[in-house]
Formats: sequence, C-alpha cells, structure tokens
Amino acid sequence: MIASLSLILLCQLAGEAFVRGLGLPVPGPVIGLMLLLFLLLLRDRFAVLARGPLQGDGVESVSRGLLANLSLLFVPAGVGVVQKLDLIVDHGIAFLGVLVISVLITLLVTVATFLVASRLLTRESEP
Amino acid sequence: MSSEPFSLWVYLSQSPLLWLSVTLLVYAFADAFSLWTHRHPFANPVLHSMWIIGVFLKLTDTSYTTYFSGAQFVHFLLGPATVALAVPLYENRKVVASAILPMLVALAAGSVTAVGSVVLLAEAFGLPREVVLAMAPKSVTAGVAMGISESLHADPSLTAVAVILTGILGAITVTPLMNRMGIKDFRARGFAVGIAAHGIGTARAFQVDAVAGVFAGIAMSLNALVTSLLVPLAVTFLLR
Repeated sequence: MIASLSLILLCQLAGEAFVRGLGLPVPGPVIGLMLLLFLLLLRDRFAVLARGPLQGDGVESVSRGLLANLSLLFVPAGVGVVQKLDLIVDHGIAFLGVLVISVLITLLVTVATFLVASRLLTRESEP
Repeated sequence: MSSEPFSLWVYLSQSPLLWLSVTLLVYAFADAFSLWTHRHPFANPVLHSMWIIGVFLKLTDTSYTTYFSGAQFVHFLLGPATVALAVPLYENRKVVASAILPMLVALAAGSVTAVGSVVLLAEAFGLPREVVLAMAPKSVTAGVAMGISESLHADPSLTAVAVILTGILGAITVTPLMNRMGIKDFRARGFAVGIAAHGIGTARAFQVDAVAGVFAGIAMSLNALVTSLLVPLAVTFLLR
C-alpha cells in the first residue's frame, strides 16, 4: 500500500515539476494522471515492469480506495465557502441564480452534444 | 477545577487532531445518511458536511485557519486522487477509446457553454464587472479556477465560492435532470457533469455509476485544460 501510494505521489510530483518547469497552464496532477495511465499501459506490454505497486492489484486498489471517498476531499474547501457566505449575500440572489441557470444549460448542451455526436459518428462507421 | 474543561478545550481546539477528527466524523455521518437515502441527490455528503462543520466553527468561534490546520491532510489528497483517476480510465479504456470523438465534440461545446453562459448571464443580471470576471472559470476545479481568476485580476476567494457552489449545484441537479430527460447513456451523463461541475460532480458520478465516473473524470481533466485557454478569450470577446 505504501509503495502504491508512493507511486501515485511520484506521478503527481513529476507532473508538478513538468508543469512548473515549462510554465504550462495545466494542473500538475492531470499530467500525473496521464503518466500513471501510461505506466499501466506500458506494464501490459512489457512484463518486466510488473513489479512492486504495478503488480497484482497494488496501485489499482489504492486508487479505487481514494476515489471511493472523493467527496470527502472537497469538504475542507467547502467549509471555506461557508465562512465566506457574506460575499454571496453582498451580490444577492443574482449570483446564485446565474450559477444555477449556467449549470443547467451546461449540463444540457454537453449531454445533447455527446449523444448527437456519438449517434452520427457510429452511423457513419456502419455502412 | 472549573477552568480545567476550558483549558482542555483551548488545548484541543488549537490542535490539528480535533479538526481532522471533526472533518472525518461529520463526513462519515453525512455519507451514511446519503447511503441510507440511496444516494438521494439532496443528501449530498459534501453539502451537508460543509454546513454542519461551518456552523460548528461559528458556534465555537474557530477561525478557518485553525480548522484548516487539521483539514489540510484531507485537502492534500485531492492531488493524488486526481492522479488515481488513471486507474478507472485504464480499466475502462476500451469504452473510452470508442467514444473519443463524441467526447472531443462535447468538450468543445460544453466548455464554451460553461464559460459563455455564466459571463453573459452575469452581465444580463447586472452583476459588477469584477464579480463577472471572478465567476467566469466556475466550472473547473478550484485550484485551476483560482489561478485563472488571479490572472484576470479578479478576486480568487469569490472564484472559489463560485466553483464550490457550482460543483454542489451540478451534483444535486444532474440525476433528476437526466432522468427527466430520459437519458440513459451513462457515458454522456458522466461527461456532462464532469464538464459542468468538476470534481464534486465527478464524485457524484462515481456514486451513481462507475462508467459515468470515468467519463466525468476525463471531462473534468480536459475541461481544466480548455478553460484556462478559453476564459481569457471569452472575457476579451464578450465583455467590452
């Protein structure tokens, strides 16, 4: 478990170093995600790599454990928002209203685009 | 003798141990409640944990800095959890690979809508310019959004408020909305909530369906990339 956690942290560290080093507008953990994915795919191709956290269900089970409690990780930031409620009160109901409408529109546009695109593209591939 | 419980409280309330315990305990109850309601959208564990802890801090007159000294250990895990998204992505790579094109199209449409709609609506509702700027990156994960907001000289803490509220609103509304629309494709549902409501939406998607969670995670990561490029553009074109 410690080795698996270390591997995850190392991927994140490499991602952060990469992003900071090159001054990219990308979050470091996202690069870390791609790195871990690449390692997992590489392991399937080269059996030599299936060691330590990359063998058995090592890094997989630790990752699943982290993601099973993903909601918990947003609680500290959420509590910070409760402390800043006066900011919202200042700008009244408009602030909340804009967010609600924008979220609903974004959900609908994205889901509709995905469905239409997936229907059109699969129909094209079937003669 | 009478001052002893007080001095014990003074000691504990300054230690990270108490606030870490409070965070985990309140979340454990909120999550158990959410499970008990069969993951009802309004029983969202993030929403209920944050107001309960918020009220508790208010009652005990504890500053957020003191609270965060304990809660930071939980907060820190957001980065590793993002890296961990590689695992469900890897396990579902065939489903994901077959949906690459619809994802890219939906990403373009979704990111533009997320940024464009909030900027135009906020203008229409007559919100001041600095608030509009702070709201623009509200659909991406907090760290990235606050960076974008800083580069626009907006208030990053107001951005953080908009981001968290957006996440919670998305997590609450997505299931009823999609059910009402009769959408049963969990790839599309997950992708939409990842674009609209970043990590909090992704956490909700994982509660509902594993495939939805994977697509939400991809959407969230891609949206963080696109939005950091899109917001400066949108601000130049939509605000004069």
